[in-house]
Amino acid sequence: MKTVNILFCGTGGQGILTASEIVGRAAMFDGFHAKKSEVHGMAQRGGSVESHLRFGKEVFSPIIEKAQADFLVPFHKGEHDRMADMLKKDGVDLLNEFSQADKNLSDKKYINTYMLGVLSRHLDLTEESWLKAMTEVFKGKNTEKNFEIFRAARANKH
Amino acid sequence: MKNKIEFLSGNEALARGAWEAGVKFASSYPGTPATEILESFTRYDEVDAQWAVNEKVAFEVALGASFAGVRSIYSSKHVGLNVAMDPLMTSVYSGVNAGFVVVTADEPGMHSSQNEQDSRLIAKFAKAPLLEPSSPGETKKFIKKAFEISEQFDTPVIFRMTTRVSHTKENVELEERKEAAPKKFEVNPQKYVMVPANAYKKHIALEEKLIKLAEYSDNSDLNVIEINDKKLGIVCDGVTYLYVKEKYPQASVLKLGMVFPFADNKIKEFASKVEKIVVVEESEPFIEEHLLQMGIKCSGKHYTYRVGELKPENIKDVIEGTPKSDYPGPSRKPVLCPGCPHRAVFVALRKAKVTVSGDIGCYTLGSLPPLSALHSTICMGASVTVFESFSKFIGHDKVVGVLGDSTFVHSGITGLINAAYNKGKGVLLILDNGTTGMTGAQPNPATGVTAKGEKTKKLDLAAICKACGADHVEVIDQSSDTMDKKLKELLPKDQLSVLIVRYSLCKLIDKTKLPAPKFDAAKCKKCYMCVSVDCPAIFKDENGNIQLNEALCAGCDVCVAMCKFGGLKSSDKKEVKI
Repeated sequence: MKTVNILFCGTGGQGILTASEIVGRAAMFDGFHAKKSEVHGMAQRGGSVESHLRFGKEVFSPIIEKAQADFLVPFHKGEHDRMADMLKKDGVDLLNEFSQADKNLSDKKYINTYMLGVLSRHLDLTEESWLKAMTEVFKGKNTEKNFEIFRAARANKH
Repeated sequence: MKNKIEFLSGNEALARGAWEAGVKFASSYPGTPATEILESFTRYDEVDAQWAVNEKVAFEVALGASFAGVRSIYSSKHVGLNVAMDPLMTSVYSGVNAGFVVVTADEPGMHSSQNEQDSRLIAKFAKAPLLEPSSPGETKKFIKKAFEISEQFDTPVIFRMTTRVSHTKENVELEERKEAAPKKFEVNPQKYVMVPANAYKKHIALEEKLIKLAEYSDNSDLNVIEINDKKLGIVCDGVTYLYVKEKYPQASVLKLGMVFPFADNKIKEFASKVEKIVVVEESEPFIEEHLLQMGIKCSGKHYTYRVGELKPENIKDVIEGTPKSDYPGPSRKPVLCPGCPHRAVFVALRKAKVTVSGDIGCYTLGSLPPLSALHSTICMGASVTVFESFSKFIGHDKVVGVLGDSTFVHSGITGLINAAYNKGKGVLLILDNGTTGMTGAQPNPATGVTAKGEKTKKLDLAAICKACGADHVEVIDQSSDTMDKKLKELLPKDQLSVLIVRYSLCKLIDKTKLPAPKFDAAKCKKCYMCVSVDCPAIFKDENGNIQLNEALCAGCDVCVAMCKFGGLKSSDKKEVKI
């Protein structure tokens, strides 16, 4: 199997690292080797955040090479434009889905879960692993609400 | 039974591996990308894990634990090791008792650092062995080896991490903890008392030790030869190995996991098997220079690649010797968080038109426009010492020194004693948010809480400033208004004043916020004074209108204080959870 490259980008406080962590764990539960890499340091809200998530049989580099991302999962238009050159020519850009979520979701803290639901349609990972990963990462915080939003986005229902 | 597998970062895997190796003591000072190492140690009951006041102290208490007979570990970021250089340079002479590992997390690319020094050079300078893993899984394996080497060769072992190893997560297999055999401290002045006569003999022994360590390095499976296509042989270490495997899977590789002392025989063996050798390494040409010194024909990266991180897309350039062309483009400017209490202080300093010596912490962001109210940053504690000289040579009524509570405890106290002793004058501000903020809110002595979250003695900042010799010490609550008044009052005075500005609002600890102010567009005269406080929650849109992001806003009202036309009004102050 070819390694899957997913790049999450946006600004601090949007739950980007959490989203990336959930994909990494879900892939691990399904028996893949997963690597997640990011830079965290200055604990400021509103600054640039990007997280690289790769999974496959055996993953070497922890970061995605320029123009090699299969998926770009943006949480901010400006950051999306800045990172656009990371996406492969035939890669999947989820900007429209983000704009939809930003418009339609009344509680913005669930945007990351919504985006995971959308992303999950494209990935060959089991629903069981997705839910297990979310349960671990959210540590019981609003689990049911997160499941509901994830499932709706996964089923492409709105 | 199959071992459990967890998704761990390099830093978490390091702590886990050391715990499995029976480590009992860990000491550190927070710094990116090393912070999570000590944070992970606090979760293990068997490990006495502490935040030390600075890296020199962290190193010495950890070394003391090794002398006393328990496996011990020090960790810091690369510039932290500079602070601990004094004990490091002599601990290689004395050696250890129980295993002692010195972890340094380097930061090529300076995501959150003031320089990008290469700690491999420190290993050579200090004459200590250096191990370097490429991934979290390898980190856990290597750290156990590091403790073995430390005890077998009676030496501190330097363990080099980099951002991309520390902050990468992957599947890591967990194992059981094995207690290390207990050791006793035996009185032995020839070993533990480094006076000239003893140290001279120890230096002779150290040179012999390095030869034995080089033999170990030659025979160790930490250094691995992988023969594939013999046309191209790549020598690499750390995360660059993974980039090489990604981009040149067909090449033959010598991967150095024990980088120093060099495995010369293994390097020669590799050189004899391949047609052409290229060194792929981040930062300094450390390995390349050694190969050239050995008389091995090789090439390395263009000197421009000494700057910044290597990325997979750079490996071709490195191999071909092409100059670097991908300097980082503009990214979002880092800013103080919405509601950050530093903001009001820097608005007041900007208004006072003073020259400000700054320090390492979130408040360094006060240097960026439109605040532009911090004018020097070098290293931890240098705000106070530079301030002493600024006050003497620029004028004590025209300068202010600024640092945080944790930085003051780290290395501001000595500078304050020096300023008082040498008759320095002026106003020094200690911005006291009761935490080590920039690295994610770790406790420090002025917090009164230990790394493990237990209550402890709380350092009295006002009393210690007084004891250092400040003429005037005052604790105030921050708001732009009081700051203006206080600066006006204290700057002209012929005395050394310390103003401890106590915060109650840092969002990192206090997870509550106040409601956003009300914005009335009809009253807005577009003077943009509100935007000049540089808050991400209030900004000018593409049509020149003011936009207030209520979800981001923490209700500190610093922008409200700037509005002279009633366009911004405070809301009722009722705290809400964030």
